[in-house]
Amino acid sequence: MTQFLDGIGYNGWILPTLLALPLLGALLLFAQGVTQKHTGEAAMRAARTLALWIFLAEAVLSLGLWWSVDVSSLDWQAYVDAAWIPQWGARFTVGVDGVALMLVLLTTILMPLAVLGSWTSIREKVHSYYALLLILTTGMLGVFMALDLVLFYVMWEVMLVPMYLIIGIWGGQRRLYASLKFFLYTMVGSLLMLVAILWLGIAAGQGGTPVFSYDAILAMTRGGVPGQFWLFLAFALAFAVKVPMWPFHTWLPDAHVEAPTAGSVILAAIMLKMGTFGFIRFAVPLFPAVAMHPTVRTVMLVLAVIGIVYGALVALVQPDFKKLVAYSSVSHLGFVMLGIFAMTVESVQGALMVTISHGISTGALFLLIGMIYERRHTRMIEDFGGIAKVMPVFALILTVVAFSSIGVPGTNGFVGEFLVLVGSFPTQPYYALIAATSVIFAAAYLLWAVQRIIYNPLVKPENQALKGMDLNWREIGLLTPLVIGILWLGVYPKPVLHKTEAVAERMVRQAEQARLSSRSLTVGER
Amino acid sequence: MQTELPATGHPLADTVARFVWLLPALPLLGFVLNGILSVRAAATIGPADPSAHDAHGAHGAHADGAHGDHGHGHGHDDGHDAHHPARHPSAALVSIIGPGVLFLTFALALLIFGAMRGAGDAMHVPFVQTLFAWMPTGNLSVDVAFQLDQLSMVMVLIITGVGFLIHLFSVGYMQDDPGYPRYFAYLNLFVFFMLLLVLGASYPLMFVGWEGVGLCSYLLIGFWFSDKANADAGKKAFVVNRIGDFGFLVAMFLMFANFEALSFAGVGAAAAELSVGSVVATAICLFLFLGAVGKSAQIPLFVWLPDAMAGPTPVSALIHAATMVTAGVYLVARSATLFAMAPAAQLTVAVIGALTAVFAATIGLKQWDIKKVLAYSTVSQLGYMFVGVGVGAYTAGVFHLMTHAFFKALLFLGSGSVIYAMHQAYHATHKHEDAQDMRNMGGLKAFMPITAGLMWIATLAIAGIPPFAGFFSKDEILTSVFARTHGSTLADASWLGIPGGVVLYGVYALGLAAALMTAIYMTRMMLYTFHGPNRTGEKERGHLKEAPWIMTGPLLVLGVLSLAGGWFNLPAITGGAIGPSEVLHHWLEPVVGTGTLIVTHGEATHLSHATEYALIGTAILIAVAGIALAAFRLKPAELKPAKDAPAEQGIEKTLLNKWYVDEAYDKAVVRPTVGLSRLVLWKGVDTGLIDGLLVNGSALLMRAFGWLGSQWQTGRVGTYAWALVFGAFLVLSAFTLR
Repeated sequence: MTQFLDGIGYNGWILPTLLALPLLGALLLFAQGVTQKHTGEAAMRAARTLALWIFLAEAVLSLGLWWSVDVSSLDWQAYVDAAWIPQWGARFTVGVDGVALMLVLLTTILMPLAVLGSWTSIREKVHSYYALLLILTTGMLGVFMALDLVLFYVMWEVMLVPMYLIIGIWGGQRRLYASLKFFLYTMVGSLLMLVAILWLGIAAGQGGTPVFSYDAILAMTRGGVPGQFWLFLAFALAFAVKVPMWPFHTWLPDAHVEAPTAGSVILAAIMLKMGTFGFIRFAVPLFPAVAMHPTVRTVMLVLAVIGIVYGALVALVQPDFKKLVAYSSVSHLGFVMLGIFAMTVESVQGALMVTISHGISTGALFLLIGMIYERRHTRMIEDFGGIAKVMPVFALILTVVAFSSIGVPGTNGFVGEFLVLVGSFPTQPYYALIAATSVIFAAAYLLWAVQRIIYNPLVKPENQALKGMDLNWREIGLLTPLVIGILWLGVYPKPVLHKTEAVAERMVRQAEQARLSSRSLTVGER
Repeated sequence: MQTELPATGHPLADTVARFVWLLPALPLLGFVLNGILSVRAAATIGPADPSAHDAHGAHGAHADGAHGDHGHGHGHDDGHDAHHPARHPSAALVSIIGPGVLFLTFALALLIFGAMRGAGDAMHVPFVQTLFAWMPTGNLSVDVAFQLDQLSMVMVLIITGVGFLIHLFSVGYMQDDPGYPRYFAYLNLFVFFMLLLVLGASYPLMFVGWEGVGLCSYLLIGFWFSDKANADAGKKAFVVNRIGDFGFLVAMFLMFANFEALSFAGVGAAAAELSVGSVVATAICLFLFLGAVGKSAQIPLFVWLPDAMAGPTPVSALIHAATMVTAGVYLVARSATLFAMAPAAQLTVAVIGALTAVFAATIGLKQWDIKKVLAYSTVSQLGYMFVGVGVGAYTAGVFHLMTHAFFKALLFLGSGSVIYAMHQAYHATHKHEDAQDMRNMGGLKAFMPITAGLMWIATLAIAGIPPFAGFFSKDEILTSVFARTHGSTLADASWLGIPGGVVLYGVYALGLAAALMTAIYMTRMMLYTFHGPNRTGEKERGHLKEAPWIMTGPLLVLGVLSLAGGWFNLPAITGGAIGPSEVLHHWLEPVVGTGTLIVTHGEATHLSHATEYALIGTAILIAVAGIALAAFRLKPAELKPAKDAPAEQGIEKTLLNKWYVDEAYDKAVVRPTVGLSRLVLWKGVDTGLIDGLLVNGSALLMRAFGWLGSQWQTGRVGTYAWALVFGAFLVLSAFTLR
């Protein structure tokens, strides 16, 4: 496989292609929307088919990265560098490492499933909808690939706007409020990050044209730069909102609840990971001395652990299933932050594992909620009951996914949480101990919800009417890859752990060096 | 750290033992096949098919009524009875696959057992078969590897042997249930996880089985999930178990942080380097024990097990009596060396075990539901096992685990036969009475003599009457406790300031008290069920009869084992007069011997024969006294059927209501947690403080909100979307293409 990919020069063109293809697809959809003569059902069918083909092509193309990327090398892989905006010093530089590789694959594989998940539920402005999904994909992939900070920032914003519109146009009752809250929350964070990026670029340019290359800026900041505390803070805030870390999380439940199914899936599975990816790629490696400063570290760990327990407790009492899953995300992402700031190879690897497996499990949960919502037009847990009697396949898959989210061993959820906790315990025993209590709460909130939805007596006529409306082949088909992923990562996570091991090791090593050498630094030098 | 030989070098490597991976794989295969049949059935004849539905509904109601604890509260429509219960279309196939895979597994286990006996002294080193690396990263390496040694072999034989019998029984008991394939799928999956639990060569892999059996328990307790009480019970079992699992997890974190090892071999080697009384060992053992307390239903986490009786009765026999709930005992025995280094933790185990044994027995004295009596009896007997492993008498603990598996499985299956007969009788006359309430039974020995006789064997066994199985194992535990009061690390240690020797005398006394109550409540159960006048009803009496042979057959086998199970480990004092003595003791020595020797200061304890005879005499006396007390004091003839019975008063009411522990937990833990989450965290902090004050309060948002709202009204947003498409495209491409 590797030879074949080398033969076609795969690494030379794959990343720009993955970025351009969705944009091209968006244009095609626009053309289709303008020129078509059909309306209604036929238009919908044409648009979603075209979008699905583009996403499938994107997924198939990206799969080669699994073989072509040499994860043991610490050099950027599939690296492409071209002039972009020379006057500003911004270049089109893309490349991946083991971590970015996994997130790119997560994105390209989940997107077709998200499209299939909104196959019948989106009936208005379908062309715009799928076009926005495609642009969003470019933005998300760009964030993971960008090795130029201006390019990164542009991609970061490109990703923000389509999601804002998807929530605002195709969302639920309170979509206006939710979309605006989402937009403003993230904007405030990212504007500060822009200032920090500009500052860094100008400093790296040393009076000449600014330099925004990640490698150049990394070389400059690694030993410490003046004002690095504030720079770290600017990045950290942008990412913390995205993660979201407590107390910057209140946009998430609203955005999730109001977004259409595909929006929720993408938000939870991929966009939240921009935040944790940002910490792993930018905030920590660029300013290791600040990230490892005892005070900063304590604050981050405390917020992470609050998020874990708080998210779980608030999830317990949510009447809306989607909101419950949203708060459970706050809890799960807290594990990622704990893993990162505990800073051992095992804990960082665990954080990356949670990052991926939360994408799969929570993505599947939102898809399942979407499926039941299409049938019942409600997400209120109390409206259900006894669904397993009439929709046994739905009940089966929901059970599997719920247990993976609870983190039962044998599923992906366990591997990530276990690695985070077992890795955090040697350096941060008390935080790990508190975080570990969430195994109890997670079981409580999910099983309580699962019981009230699929078990208990089947008494409500609306639910009895679901007889014969169990999942169809499209729905089973789109959930199957996710269920396979849940079991695969639970039983044999080694290949994925191997992909990210080198990056995690380097990050921990460098952070540790910074921590040891910065002992001599005084607080004033931050 | 790894001290075991590589699998290839081990003398077992070239024997049938190399197929050890098949032991869990076979039940897993059964799960997959039955699972497919179950889903396929749901998809084809399922509720979607209107013609199939009527029959389906009738079965559902029938099943709920037949076996569910609360089935009779439903008042299902008797009109459905016109539909004769039709078997599930795949029933024949499932009946072959389900018990079949268990039979094959048991046969393979016997073959491997033979190979181990053939290997002789070489078995002082466990045979470890590594399949693949599970979570390799950093310094952590956890393999998917199976460990075959004397302890895991004993457990495998119990699980597959008793498991096979219970699978057979289920073929009869569950025959008319619409969820028949689903039932066997769950049951096979349970056996898979249980074998993983005892065969896993490391704590994390054991934890996979540990949580896996919890998952199956959840699914099987809530098997008749349409009844809220059943679904509640399943959820409660899982959540309460998770409190214990938290302890298990923390114990693993401590092991990794201190030993950088998680395999039994690695941890065992590191533990041997510690000194007695080590803080690390004590902490790890206490957290491990928290796990055991959850899984094995000890104080304070026992509350889930009685509720778990909501599942089908064979499930109660297999999971909630014979195998899963004993996993905590196995965990302690498996960590023998570690516990030996932590006398304080050992004393904790023994004290909690003894307290649980007595506490649960008091509740068992006053239950009317036949399964509830057995449930509390199980909690109590598990307490006994913990007393055994707690004082470092690992063989005694495991021995009681084994005999208990025999006689308690027999009791549960026997009660299943009784409930089955009761239900058939009520079903035939369309009467809705509780088929599990002993006040509705009485005099059943006339109708089901085989079941009655076999259950009496089990009763004498659990009460501790020689020569039945339970006598030997219970006596060995009590004798060990007594022996440890002097000249052991436990006697030298202190627990909460009390000298260890004193604590152990207390444990011994509690053990005797529990033994007395066990004899009383078991005799009470037997008297009320099988003796005295029958209270089922005039018409119903004619329909009471013995269960079919597929159910009675397994009972017979268990009856033999309950009668003769003591011969697996006759006390040394018998001197080989009635058979070889201490067989199990010698068998388990390579695994737990070191741990026991540390506790006894390196020498085998020998009480004087006089003392030992006195202890045995006391135990027998107590058991006989208990039976006699119950037989003379209780008057089955004066009992009234459940619907006519007067309400209980005073202490009887408190016991019937299980000391109100559930209510107390609800008030002290559940409600405050939910209240705090809802009122303080969600409504207060989230909606009130963060959103209300900080986010929405900002004038910027309000103004933007108004502006955007006005734009939205004009419908121009679609245009923005397209503007954005082109904008993004232009920005990205213009410079690049230049």
